[in-house]
Amino acid sequence: MTLPAFIARPRLLLTSLAMALAVFSAPAWAIPDWNFQTPVTPIARQMYDLHLYIFWICVAIFVIVFAVMFYSLWRHRKSVDHKAAHFHESTVVEIVWTVIPFLILLFMAFPATKTILAMKDTSAPGLTIKVTGNQWSWGYDYLQEGFGYYSTLSTPTAQIENRAPKGEHYLLEVDSPLVVPVDTKVRVLLTASDVLHAWWVPALGVKQDAIPGFVRDTWFKAETVGTYRGQCAELCGKGHGFMPIVVEVKSKEDFAKWVEEHKAKTQAAGADPNKVWDLKDLVVTGERIYASNCAACHQANGKGVPGSYPALDGSKIVRGPKAAQIQIVLHGKPGTAMPPWSQLSDLDIASVITYTRNGLGSNKTGEAVQPAEVLAARK
Amino acid sequence: MSTIAHDHPAGLGDPHAHDDHAHHPTGITRWLTTTNHKDIGTMYLWFSFTMFLVGGTMAMVIRAELFQPGLQIVDPEFFNSMTTLHGLIMVFGAIMPAAVGFANWQIPLMIGAPDMAFARMNNWSFWLLPPAAMLLVISLFVPGGAASGGWTLYPPLTIQTGMGMDLTIFAIHILGASSIMGSINIITTILNLRAPGMTLMRMPLFCWTWLITAYLLIAVMPVLAGAVTMLLTDRHFGTTFFNAAGGGDPVLFQHVFWFFGHPEVYIIILPAFGIVSQIIPAFSRKPLFGYASMVYATAGIAILSFIVWAHHMFTTGMPTAGLLFFMYATMLIAVPTGVKVFNWLATMWRGSMTFEAPMLFAIGFLFLFTLGGFTGLILSVMPVDVQMQDTYYVVAHFHYVMVAGSLFAFFGGAYYWIPKWSGTMYNETLAKVHFWSSLISFNVAFFPMHFLGLAGMPRRIPDYAQQFADWNMVSSIGAFWFGASQLLFLHSMIQCARGNGSKAPARPWEGANTLEWTVPSPAPYHTFETPPHVH
Repeated sequence: MTLPAFIARPRLLLTSLAMALAVFSAPAWAIPDWNFQTPVTPIARQMYDLHLYIFWICVAIFVIVFAVMFYSLWRHRKSVDHKAAHFHESTVVEIVWTVIPFLILLFMAFPATKTILAMKDTSAPGLTIKVTGNQWSWGYDYLQEGFGYYSTLSTPTAQIENRAPKGEHYLLEVDSPLVVPVDTKVRVLLTASDVLHAWWVPALGVKQDAIPGFVRDTWFKAETVGTYRGQCAELCGKGHGFMPIVVEVKSKEDFAKWVEEHKAKTQAAGADPNKVWDLKDLVVTGERIYASNCAACHQANGKGVPGSYPALDGSKIVRGPKAAQIQIVLHGKPGTAMPPWSQLSDLDIASVITYTRNGLGSNKTGEAVQPAEVLAARK
Repeated sequence: MSTIAHDHPAGLGDPHAHDDHAHHPTGITRWLTTTNHKDIGTMYLWFSFTMFLVGGTMAMVIRAELFQPGLQIVDPEFFNSMTTLHGLIMVFGAIMPAAVGFANWQIPLMIGAPDMAFARMNNWSFWLLPPAAMLLVISLFVPGGAASGGWTLYPPLTIQTGMGMDLTIFAIHILGASSIMGSINIITTILNLRAPGMTLMRMPLFCWTWLITAYLLIAVMPVLAGAVTMLLTDRHFGTTFFNAAGGGDPVLFQHVFWFFGHPEVYIIILPAFGIVSQIIPAFSRKPLFGYASMVYATAGIAILSFIVWAHHMFTTGMPTAGLLFFMYATMLIAVPTGVKVFNWLATMWRGSMTFEAPMLFAIGFLFLFTLGGFTGLILSVMPVDVQMQDTYYVVAHFHYVMVAGSLFAFFGGAYYWIPKWSGTMYNETLAKVHFWSSLISFNVAFFPMHFLGLAGMPRRIPDYAQQFADWNMVSSIGAFWFGASQLLFLHSMIQCARGNGSKAPARPWEGANTLEWTVPSPAPYHTFETPPHVH
């Protein structure tokens, strides 16, 4: 029998190991992560420390227990002529190895309890944001400031389908991130419009399920300005892997400025609800809104997915009376995956409907839907 | 049982002299109509290995898609079906039937009973399995595709999907009925058919762990049936158990499901504990250390398993008191589990060990199951779990306890008892290659998943960010290697079944001293018609 080359020649083994290491550490490959992401909130830091503390206790026990086992495997073999002893009971020993692990557990439970109590204290927030999980986007509502928007994946389909090189933040980038001020206790109210989702940002130490029909809350207080990325952590259908969360933590001044800008923008959009827009302009805006909100199900070409998501191209509703389509977009279609989109602005809804009726596939009704009609339908 | 009495009129003397001319039908009718515990055990084991290959193929699809970032092979919907079916098939189709197969073969042989208590029901509980498995596989081809809401079947997502979900619900009903019948059979057999002198506290530990497992099954399978029935009526009959709009609560499903689901993980692991508790003393040539404490620890684990379920739901938003209760209760499980590990080590200590394949798998089990136990302990700490819930860390954890735990113990058990079942020794070299290949590839596949989870990769996603690319590729390579390694096991078992190999003596293992080794190899078709006397 011939041995594999690397056993016969240990140096070959070392060389190949070194080569493997070189491959892994080459600049083209990101250095693999071994631990939690760097925490930026007090709670995330406690989680980080608690994990390492328990991890090292476990490692110590593991090493001791299996050192004993391997010693025994080595010494108490038949091939070295070790004769078997015949002991098989000892109440004292059993009590010892019941009580000692129990005591060790107490040392783990104590700090864990302290962290839990801190985590559950959502009182006295400086800012409250309502987060709504949708298939497949996140809705963010600034309750006190009085505006809100959707946040959807901005990675181009071409990158996902391997037709374009993947960007630095592949699958972890969105069109409009959540923006919060630094050093402020942000209370997050979570719910969902369709199925379960979970809002998770590792660096902030927050993971909370979003449950349709219920509101849950959690909080975080970021201590460092920066951009933090996370993902939906509860299976929510085919787009589960494609609804990231991006949180931009800004200085308090920058945040105030951002809020003002956003308010102004919202007001501008709703400034003259009766403005009559040109069909061509509506189609242009509508195409963008369609791509970020509708294409995940109804597909970019409007053909839908047979059996799961209806086609809009050629659809009776899209080619029929406007009012019916406005109703469906605003209120969703109960019993199906179609959620209500009332959170979008009148202009956005008017644009996207106009686009589906005039630019999508072979639809060509020639009719524009104006924001005023959407506003009227909301009442 | 009446059949047995009919085939073998009393007074023929030697209890196992006349197996070759037992009057049973041949060909397919033999297997369809058999009431013999050995035939049924064999069918359970082959069925479970077949499903293991089916579920394993799905795992290969998953790992192939995750080999690199980007979508290459399957679309996300089908990917979700693969993860869902992989989980359901491995849990209900591979691991649980394998454990019942071991029970069927071994329990009567180990307690000196002629057969299972309800021989005809035994036949039925097996033959329910293939239709259920077929429903699961067929669901891949119905409009809307197979169930894709994860093996945990959480609504409202599972309310949305097509009829594949209904087929899955029916499959679970049938599998549950099969498990309950199997459990009733095992409990009755153990409690009523023990040979004279075989007191409960003299039974081989495998019988004890199965007795406790059977009670767990009877307690929780109806709960699962209830949960999926509520799903079914929510889907089709207008009920709103899990729909807030109608006064229901999606989280209710999780409570009911995990009230089944947590005892279920012990249903999966306790028979494996039993097998390991037979193998380690046999190859250490030394009696099991702390037999009584092993029994109590098993019972303790089983009881605790009913009060820890909500640790699967730490991120649903529970009240503080709930979080603390479920965290403390979960941490406590480490105590009886630790007792078991220490007892096994004490059994090996100062023994006279040899390392044939069964022992290798038992040691591999001990080492890797304990590793999985430690990650379980880490997960039980709620603030840490918040960062790990639904990530690859959890995937790594439960594969350590289910694959390196249960599956390795079952491989060990198969090598340990195949000489008795087939009368042929397996090929030791091949078995050792199977062990080392499985051990190394398992760790290549699953160890990096801890890093992925820690770094923030959620589970059940078909595509991932760039920073997860390296470890996913390593993991996929390990998974393909692990999958291929199992063909060695298949080959070994087929060789034994065909009788290719050296003939096995009645007691091929020097240190093995339970009753099954007192009958010839292969075990005659009917054994212990006259009960042995145990001293």
